[in-house]
This record gives sequence, structure tokens and C-alpha cells, in this order.
Amino acid sequence: MKLKLANFFKQYAIVAVLIALVIIFSILSPAFFTIKNAMNILRQIAVMSIVVVGFTFVLLGGGLDLSVGSQIAIMNVSIALMIENLGVNPILAIIIGIAMTTAIGLFNGYMISKTEIPPLIATLAMMTALRGLAFIFTKGYPIYGVPESLKFIGQGNIFNLIPVPAVITAAVIAFGIILLNKTYLGRHFYALGSNAEATRLAGINVHFTRTTTYTLLGFLTCIAGLVMLTRVGSGQPKIADGFEMNVLAACVLGGVSVNGGKGTIPGAIIGAIIIGVLNNGLSIIGANDYWQKVITGIVLFTVVVFDSISRKRRRS
Amino acid sequence: MSNTVDNVVLSVQNISKRYAGIQALDNVSIDFKEGETHALVGENGAGKSTLIKIISGAEIPDSGRLVFKDQTFEKLSPHLAQCIGIATIYQEFNLFPTLSVAENIFMGDEILSNERKYIYNKKYYIEKAKKVLESMKININPVELIENMTTAKMQLVEIAKAIAKNSKILIMDEPTAPLSTKETEDLFELIGRLKQQGVTIIYISHRLDELYQIADRVTVMRDGKKIITTKIEDITRQELIYHMTNRKVEEIEFESTWEKGDVAFEAQGLCGNGLKDISFKVRRGEILGIGGLLGAGRTELARIIFGADKAESGKILVHGKQVEIKSPKDAVFFGIAYVPEDRKHHGAILSLPINWNITLPILKRISNKGFLKKKEENAIVDNLKRSLRIKAASMSQNVESLSGGNQQKVVLAKWLASKASILILDEPTRGVDVGAKQEIYNLIADIAKQGKAVILISSDMGELLNISDRLMVLREKRIVGFLEKNEFSQNRVLAMASGVY
Repeated sequence: MKLKLANFFKQYAIVAVLIALVIIFSILSPAFFTIKNAMNILRQIAVMSIVVVGFTFVLLGGGLDLSVGSQIAIMNVSIALMIENLGVNPILAIIIGIAMTTAIGLFNGYMISKTEIPPLIATLAMMTALRGLAFIFTKGYPIYGVPESLKFIGQGNIFNLIPVPAVITAAVIAFGIILLNKTYLGRHFYALGSNAEATRLAGINVHFTRTTTYTLLGFLTCIAGLVMLTRVGSGQPKIADGFEMNVLAACVLGGVSVNGGKGTIPGAIIGAIIIGVLNNGLSIIGANDYWQKVITGIVLFTVVVFDSISRKRRRS
Repeated sequence: MSNTVDNVVLSVQNISKRYAGIQALDNVSIDFKEGETHALVGENGAGKSTLIKIISGAEIPDSGRLVFKDQTFEKLSPHLAQCIGIATIYQEFNLFPTLSVAENIFMGDEILSNERKYIYNKKYYIEKAKKVLESMKININPVELIENMTTAKMQLVEIAKAIAKNSKILIMDEPTAPLSTKETEDLFELIGRLKQQGVTIIYISHRLDELYQIADRVTVMRDGKKIITTKIEDITRQELIYHMTNRKVEEIEFESTWEKGDVAFEAQGLCGNGLKDISFKVRRGEILGIGGLLGAGRTELARIIFGADKAESGKILVHGKQVEIKSPKDAVFFGIAYVPEDRKHHGAILSLPINWNITLPILKRISNKGFLKKKEENAIVDNLKRSLRIKAASMSQNVESLSGGNQQKVVLAKWLASKASILILDEPTRGVDVGAKQEIYNLIADIAKQGKAVILISSDMGELLNISDRLMVLREKRIVGFLEKNEFSQNRVLAMASGVY
């Protein structure tokens, strides 16, 4: 009980930050606090939240994956190229794209677990190489030809109100919460990230567990990539550049520890909403992209510093 | 020198300290004399560590004074304590593994004491370190890197660090816990020499036997209060335990009257991890003790059996059937459990709740298609909490909030939950206080009584001789021999372990 209460208050603090941001933007611009804009924000953060769920798995297990943005790029250009240049059936192309990108996640996890390369380095290499490949495949140009029929996934609304991506995101979040709280696999993620050696000595296959976190992230990244592809309508080699940093920032804002073993999906999602609200609110009040980056950086820094101070105080 | 023996060098006067509603120290006053070894004993939570923290400046007392020589302090800071000559050697050393002995000894002093300011003069410090080490008769090369050294040598470097700073008071927290018998003797000799130089040693230990070897006086603490300070020769072991626990703890003489069954575990010609040709059997209900000095290969053996390290050759038979153990997962599958010596890093996951720790190895078993059956989990945890008497407000609190003894019970509970039939216990009572020690002994006896095979590794000779039914002694990664209960004696084991046998 005590544990839950402490968690609640910790998340409560971050919820307070969110409410404060909403109030500030509502005062600064009348266009912010409207249902239409709320749906806009939902659409904007849907893709990020899907990846945030997978990223939380990896962080909980003590890992890190910088290659998610590049995974989306390579998947999108591959699918577009298959449809446009090779005449592959769009559905089949999507299935191949998903399988391929999930395999990239599996490869990341397997290599990191077996060779004990620091995940930062391994996935940095993957990030750079995949991005390069995406440009080579496309010679730097967007590939069109994503059929209209698929655009429902990225652009459609249910009941003319709720964006389809938001529904997909809700399903992914539910999946994440259930996995972490109701299954033994979720428990193994926490154990692995808290103390890998003790987990191994408890008779748990840590290679499998670690690889699973990266594979799940790869799979969820595909889902997010699919939403992006069908929203943009073309395979772009530049897509999701710097995306991994936004996802990481959302997780950290939401209290997921980069040292592993600590964090929850609801927390991470609130982190994603904060980033979404910040970007949306700042563009509504007319701040340019550069200022958005500066302010996002400042908010991230402030929240992390406060969190660190409050934890220190609780310890003493 | 003789009249300096009674000079009080540090006087702790009426110190009190509260933490979060708990009176950690309650009006404690103790005098420490020049050149004495003053032992500080008490159960976990008695206030020893808090007192040490106040003396070393890591904590500020709520009230009371510290009088060091003629100076009176309301409080100290770590820096001030070091400057006036109080040094503390914690169980976890404050050394820089990638730096040399000399660099470690003078870390932080370079700028103060070097004539060539701001420029690090390597030769000068190596020479200086050599002198300090020689004065203590310690045989260590000052250019050696800390990461290449044994624990015992690291400890000597810590002591050298303190002596180089001209410390008058040296606080040692469980210094012999990681040491072998021989290393312990060397340490005691060194302490003897330091005493002659007028250094006061404040010595904390759970091992009561060694107090009679090393201490001049002893102070017993309980529930934040000082209970008694006396000369060590004026108090018996039984009285010490009584003062520590405020109850009569029966130190049970073990008599395993229960039946021993079939052979549960057998190793044939096991090699690997440096070990050579290890063959032995353990029967159901039997407690096989493994004796040997530090580095004899006891933990290495445990890790091979459990699959934590790889065996190069040899066979393992569980209940008569040959099994292949390639990983801890395989070992757990065949009903082998391992309680590692390093409880904090390998045994328990400190930052996770008690219940999560207990059910970690059996999560798959208590799941249905991947989903945890929480009711079953809670029932198992509650059961073990009761039968092991784990003292915790809630089973969802983190393991790090528990005392050492209760942490160890959680680790044991984990393997009892898994229904393992062969348990390897590596130093099961390290860092556990007297009362809890007895409870753990009783638990081990219960486990054996249920027909499980127990392999016990312990550096505490009394414990090893008391609990084991049979002893296997290792030396330099080989078996020296076996002893039956009627052949047990400390000298015999030591002789076998050190090779004068």
C-alpha cells in the first residue's frame, strides 16, 4: 500500500506539471483549450506514445534503443519501394515491413545481450547505419504510391471524432499495462533491470528476457511507423529524425529510470502528453521550432532535477 | 607508555539522535582511551552505525557533545573529523580501483602537501607511500593497482590511508568479514602494532569470539542506548549475548537426529573455475559443510554446481540421474537452489518488494498462460512470511528497508518457495546479528529435517562445526578430505585447510 501511495504522489507531481502547462497555454491562446485541438494533440502524440510503451519495456530491462527513429524510416521506405517499384501487394508489403523491423529489434536485443556491448553504442551504430540505408534506397527522395485505402489508418476518424491512431495507441497502452502488471514476463523485466546478475541466479533466462524487451519495442515501433506512413502517404528517408530523443525524454519525464527497473506505463504516457502539449501549445502561441526545442529541454531538465532532489530528501 | 593507556582521547557525551520518529541514539556517553581496542557490539538497529556516523562526521547529533583531546565539538563534518585524526574504514571500501596504491593513499592530499603545487609528482608519492607501508610492516607494492588486489590487501591500503593522515582514531566496521583465518591473524597483528603507536581502534564486529582475541574493552548497545562498557575479560560470551538481545538466546548445540535418506546430490570429477577433480555425495536430510580458507574454491564450487559458471568436465547426478547444468535456469529446474555469499548484489534484488523477490524463481509456475495468479502468489508469500518469521510491516516494501537477517530470510524464502530439494548456502549468516543467526540455524535444520540436502559454506568455524553433519575440506581448489561429526575439531579443519595436515 505504501509503495502505491508513494508512486501515486510521484506521478501526481508530474500531473501537476501537465495541468500547469494546460492552464498557461489556455491563458495565452483561446485556440488551445478546444476539443478540436485536443484531438490534434492526440493525433500528434499517438505515434510517440506507441513507441513510448515499447521504450519503457527496454528501459525497465536496463537497456536503451536509439535506433527507433531509423527503424521507422527504413520500414517506411521499404514498404513504399515494394509497393511502387516492385508491385508487391500493399498488405503483403506491410507484413514484410513489420517482420523486418521486428527482426531489427530482435537483432539489437540479441547482440546486446550476448556480446554485452553497451546498448547506447550498439543502437547508435544501428541508428546511423539504418538511416544511411534509407537514403541509399531512395536516393534521398520521398517514395509515393501508398494506396488511398490505407490512409484510413493514419488519417481516419471513428464517429468523425476520435482519430484512428488514438484508438491504436489506447490498445497498445492497455497491452503495455497488462504485460507489466499481470504477467510474469513483465515482472521479469523489472527484475532484470533492477539487478541482472541476481535475476540470472534466480534461474531466469536473462538473454531471452532482454531480447524480448527489444523485440517488443521493434514490433511496437512498426505499428507507430505504419501510422506515420499512412498519414504522410509516402516513404520518406528523413522521417522520424531525432524521434528517439523525444521518446526518451517522454519516458524520463514520466519517471522511468534510465538505470532500469523503475517506472510505469501511465507515468511514461503522461510524459508523452507533456511533450505533446508543449509542442502543440508553443506552436499555437507562435513560438518557432527552435524555441520549442529550447523550452522542451528546459522542462525536461527542471523535472529531472526536481525528481532527483525530492528523492534525495526522501532518503534522508 | 603505560600511563598513557588511561588517557581518554575521545569522549562521546550525552549524544542523542532521532530519525523519522525512531530514537536511533538515546543519551549515549562513551569514553575511548588512547591506544585501546574498543569493541562496539549490538544487534542490527542497536545504534552502532549511527554512533559511528556521528563520530566520523557523516551525521549531526540532535544533542550532546564530542570531546576530542581538549577540543569540544557540537558536531563534526567528514572533513573536520579527518583533519583532527578520526578515520573510518567501512565494509565497502572507499578506494579508486583503477588507481595505484600510492595514489589512493594520498588522494586529496596532493595539493596540500606538495611543494610543487598543482603538478602531480608521481615519484615523490611512491616514495612516501613506501615509507608509510614499511612503517606498518605491510608488504605491498605502492604502484600496484587496486583492482588487481585481494580484498585483504585493499583493507590494508585503507588502513595505510588512515595512518598516512596521522589518524589517532581508527574505526573499523566488521573488518574480518571478508578475510580468511590467516588474513585475520595478520590484521590482528597489525592492530597490535597500531595500538603500541597510541592509535585507538573502535572495532565493530558480529563475531563475538574474535573480541576476546583483539579487544581491550567492549561497549554493548541496544535500542539506541549504551547498556554497558566493561573490560573484555570481565564479561562472558553468554553475558554479552544477553546484554545485546535482552533475552536468553539459546545457542543450540546441533544434533541432527533425523533420518538421512538416499543420495540426493552427487558430483563426479568436477573440474572448471580452477577446481580440480571434485567428487562428493550429499544425502537427503544431510548438511554437508564445506571448509577451507578464502580462495580454496568453495564459492567457485557452488557456482559450478549451480551453473553460474561453466564446468569443464565431470558429472552431476541429482537423485541418481545424471543431469546437464548449463545455466542457473537448468539448476533451478533440477531442484537446486543457491544462496550466494553476496546477499546485496546476487542474493536479493534490494530495490524490489519482498513478495516480488520471493516468487521470482517460480513466477512461471504460478502463472496461467503467462498471467500471474496473484492470489496464489500472495498465499505463498504469506505462508513463508509466517513460517520464517520475516519481520516487515508489509510484504510490498522494498528488501533494502530490511535488516540483514531479514534480508537473508527473504533469500531463503525464495528457494523454499521454489521447493528446491538441494540447497547450497554460501555464508548464510554473514552480516546477520546474533538473534537472527540462531533463527537461520533453526531454519537450516528444518530444511534438512524435511529431507532436503544442504551444502553449507561458511568462514565462521563455530557455525560450520556446529551445524554440519559431515565436513568436506578444500585447499587450493582440490578436496583435502572429509571429516565425520565425531572427528570434528577446529584445529583439524584448519590443519587440513592450510596444508600442514
